[in-house]
Amino acid sequence: MATVLVLVEHEEGSPKKVTYEMLAKARELGEPAAVLVGQGAEGATDALGAHGAATVYAATGEGWTNLLALPVADALEAAIERAQPAAVLVASSPTGKDVAARLGARTGWGVLADVVDVDADLVATQVVFGGATVVQSRVRTGTPVLVVKPNSFPAAEQGGGTPEVVDLGTRATAGTADGRVTGRVVSERGGRPDVAEAEIIVSGGRGLQDPSNFALVEALADALGAAVGASRAAVDAGWYPHQHQVGQTGKTVSPQLYVAVGISGAIQHRAGMQTSKTIVAVNKDADAPIFAISDFGVVGDLFKVVPRLTDEVARRKG
Amino acid sequence: MKILVTVKRVPDTAADKRLDPVDKTLDRESVETILNPVDEYAIEEALRLREAVGGEVVVLCMGPEAALSTVRTKALSMGPDAAVHVHDDALHGSCAFNTARVLAAAIRTVEPDVVITGSESTDARTSLVPSALAEYLGWPGLTGAKKLEVDGQTVRIHRETDTGYDVVEAEGPAVVSVVKGINEPRYPSFKGIMAAKSRPVTDLTLADLGIDPSEVGAAGATTEVVDFAPRPPKQAGQVVKDPGDGSAALELAGFLATNKFI
Repeated sequence: MATVLVLVEHEEGSPKKVTYEMLAKARELGEPAAVLVGQGAEGATDALGAHGAATVYAATGEGWTNLLALPVADALEAAIERAQPAAVLVASSPTGKDVAARLGARTGWGVLADVVDVDADLVATQVVFGGATVVQSRVRTGTPVLVVKPNSFPAAEQGGGTPEVVDLGTRATAGTADGRVTGRVVSERGGRPDVAEAEIIVSGGRGLQDPSNFALVEALADALGAAVGASRAAVDAGWYPHQHQVGQTGKTVSPQLYVAVGISGAIQHRAGMQTSKTIVAVNKDADAPIFAISDFGVVGDLFKVVPRLTDEVARRKG
Repeated sequence: MKILVTVKRVPDTAADKRLDPVDKTLDRESVETILNPVDEYAIEEALRLREAVGGEVVVLCMGPEAALSTVRTKALSMGPDAAVHVHDDALHGSCAFNTARVLAAAIRTVEPDVVITGSESTDARTSLVPSALAEYLGWPGLTGAKKLEVDGQTVRIHRETDTGYDVVEAEGPAVVSVVKGINEPRYPSFKGIMAAKSRPVTDLTLADLGIDPSEVGAAGATTEVVDFAPRPPKQAGQVVKDPGDGSAALELAGFLATNKFI
């Protein structure tokens, strides 16, 4: 059976949900093998096996890091040489895309970006133009490299074996094109799910009137176990960091539930979230375009509605 | 220091983007077009670098003939010194890798110390070009920059992460991709707009770059669209008006419960 290689997306050795989603899809397409890159990340092997990886190609020794694209691309190339896969799956994340780009440039293989489905013939589905058009695409050259959007496939514990571990050794001396990470800064807002892959997102916009009112959004997000998103207006005003921006010049998300608070729903915001499975909105303006795409909308004062919603959610969850 | 900025002409944000039913490429000609939004931040960053260390800023655009107007009025008008425009009918239908390869070849004719790009363009949004470009050039690729510094030979960025940023550096020459918000782009001045009309623009074709036309464009693209359809538009659902005390929240919670979110 053909091998399907999955590049593990992880945070310091802890695989992210999208990794398990890719392994589940890989199991449908062939025999899943994981590529794990990062000095000291070998603890992830068991979880990868539990989610279907039959083999783990491990670049977890000296000199490997998952924080830079070049080392990861080198490890992925080494794994590809051993595994001879029928397809390679990489997460649609900043580093994932950089790695896929370097791999495509090195090999001449076709890369399909932001795939939300793929069939047995490796024809992939993409949603483009802000959600307006659904496209079926395929690779014309080499082995398909598919960059997979989070929340596209259900993740499941399956297979549950102990994977074979293939050690990719230590990294060769850094070349002239290598970068160095000389510092990492984590803001206090960390701790919630990542907006790019969260199942539920609560987003705030200009209707919040003041950056301090993002506390209302955060409280609702915490009650729902959600990530926090922000509209471009809120980010441009400096109310919330750019990495939380949802929209055409921010992230494109497709969670199970998107809650828009004080967001009018301008076209460039809709372009980033309108493929969400369920959309609810709270806005004082009955004519706000967000209501044209919401499954449930409340026209009202968010300063009254949102705290009551947070309390009710917390009460129901007990 | 010689700083090169890559720019792209794209359909306007509000434009109805569509694929040509015959060759399944993006129809770029029957829509309003703009400069790719994040490219303004890339140009601004280049101009600030020129102000800090001296040198020249060159804008590079791969695009049809019509793209030249956007390059002059939106890019050169901000203050760069010159532009390079690569255009060739054989480039129509290029994939991200064809594009990066052509850009790399054009960049080698300019020999810059640093290349600044936007993180992605708003048409295809693949985000693949900056790192592919770095790979073809054999240079470091520092992507997702929300801050850029050049310190002698060292290029250093603050790379946006999910929870903050990483400080990443490499020895130049390097490719740097920037995100929106790295700076505040200046508005073109009247003087800049007038000066843009006479800034030198070098035209390059595939023959000038020594690239075989069969390796790019529709002939050489590494991926292809096999089918497409409009996504069924979402229908508006229920909308309730809150009486003023926030009690509509209870109905909303009921909806969330019915749909098993709580």
